[in-house]
Amino acid sequence: MENIIEFENVSFRYEADEEGKLLDLAVENINLGIEKGSFVAVLGHNGSGKSTLAKLTNAINVPESGRVLVNGLDSADEKNTDEIRRTVGMVFQNPDNQIVATIVEDDVAFGPENLGIEPQEIRRRVDEALKSVNMYDFRLSEPYKLSGGQKQRVAIAGVLAMQTQCIVLDEPTAMLDPSGRQEVISTIKRLNKELGITVVLVTHFMEEAVEADRVIVMDKGTVFADGTAREVFSQSEKLLAVGLDVPQATQLAKLLKAGGINISTDILNEKECIEALVSLLKE
Amino acid sequence: MARDITIGQYFPGKSLLHKMDPRVKIVLTLVFLVVIFLCKNFWAMGLMVAFLLGGVLISGVPFKMLLKSLKGILLIIFITAILNLFYATGGKVLLDLKFAQITDKGVYTAIFMAVRISCLIISSSLMTYTTTPTMLTDAIERLLSPLKVFKIQVNTLAMMMTLALRFIPTLIEEIDKIMNAQKARGADLESGNLIERAKALVPILVPLFVSSFRRAYELAFAMECRCYTGSNERTRMKQMKMSFLDFIFIFGIIVLLAGVILLNRFFVHLI
Repeated sequence: MENIIEFENVSFRYEADEEGKLLDLAVENINLGIEKGSFVAVLGHNGSGKSTLAKLTNAINVPESGRVLVNGLDSADEKNTDEIRRTVGMVFQNPDNQIVATIVEDDVAFGPENLGIEPQEIRRRVDEALKSVNMYDFRLSEPYKLSGGQKQRVAIAGVLAMQTQCIVLDEPTAMLDPSGRQEVISTIKRLNKELGITVVLVTHFMEEAVEADRVIVMDKGTVFADGTAREVFSQSEKLLAVGLDVPQATQLAKLLKAGGINISTDILNEKECIEALVSLLKE
Repeated sequence: MARDITIGQYFPGKSLLHKMDPRVKIVLTLVFLVVIFLCKNFWAMGLMVAFLLGGVLISGVPFKMLLKSLKGILLIIFITAILNLFYATGGKVLLDLKFAQITDKGVYTAIFMAVRISCLIISSSLMTYTTTPTMLTDAIERLLSPLKVFKIQVNTLAMMMTLALRFIPTLIEEIDKIMNAQKARGADLESGNLIERAKALVPILVPLFVSSFRRAYELAFAMECRCYTGSNERTRMKQMKMSFLDFIFIFGIIVLLAGVILLNRFFVHLI
């Protein structure tokens, strides 16, 4: 498969503070390719560079050295910025700070309006986008009356209406309650599976990362581990060393194994764990 | 707290007023505000009030909601009425107090002022209740678009208005949160004289400003991500077209204006 986003030896640092002291590199020598249509989770604790990585994908941050290519377009070239942002949409952590309009459907229309699309076409896209995140019934509501999970789905619809090929979500569930988190994650998964939209999910929740096709673990600005969820989470010692947990089900299996019970340790979620335990009990 | 603010509030509905072209609605509301101040006697005022009540009925906005918007300025209406009661000179003296006189002209002025301010608030609330804030700012943008000749960035102004309206409830929520947080730390916000209470607001305003700037920063990022540059030609999902309905309303206002002028001519001016 073709890569939609390509990182080539990318390093980036934030601007110096008031005293003019040079800050450390936020990300260093990143080489990555994000495959078209894939669902990638980026994990890491605070300050690991995962959000910086997200902001490099659509030219909010421009690399200090190296290149970021989106569909072959270099993000450092300002002429490409517009096209890159039409390709890669972004959803942020705080739903309140990314909703622009006072009515849900007007907010979803904001992106397409900026692109100069015909009114009837915007209407069609807005309705379609709201339906695909199950927020069509709320199209005339005021955003501040919605729950966190609903607001975040409106934000996702706002990106969908621009018909981007890739959505980057920077900790979209960090401020949500468990049910809101569930709404958002299942929406993302559905968009990936049904519409074939490439999803990059930056998160620090292991349970969310498990859902992805591929998990990238960041630590100190570099890629620490990269592989399928099963590959990455089976190395629990390594993850614990950089301050990350493994999913609870995996942890339980590990502990049972250590206690002398013959259970597979590449268990990822509760369902698999239950199945393994039930089959053990039957034996 | 958020419930008390009616500015920019919208009452969803499908009435004729909701369907009106927002540009026409704004202009007609402005004309109506002028008509309110043209009324010089009870006949003219009656016609104007009847017209306004008709508008309220057509809109389907519950009268209670409109009265709620009056609640906030009840004190202002009251003070204005009292002041006018004593301020007006001339006419028959009804009551002679040592320090002031109450004349029949004063009583009329007080009544007219109270009615005028109430109608002012109700009519402008009626406009905002039947128009979404987005439509309102879009309409203002289009009405102001001739100013582009003077190199005034009308679309940026309209965007600023939209964002301001959008963040009113968010910031009110934030103020509530900060107030509770400061109260939990022992801040005393309710007692003391005016100056002490104003001083007590400082620990609330400082965090509010800091967080507003952070919000603005994040919002700017989010808007850029959605291809907003501030300079590009934007299209609009909702188009504005004047329909037959709008001409009926324009005709209605013209009839009202003519009626008020005629009634002013034929009956005695009271103020």
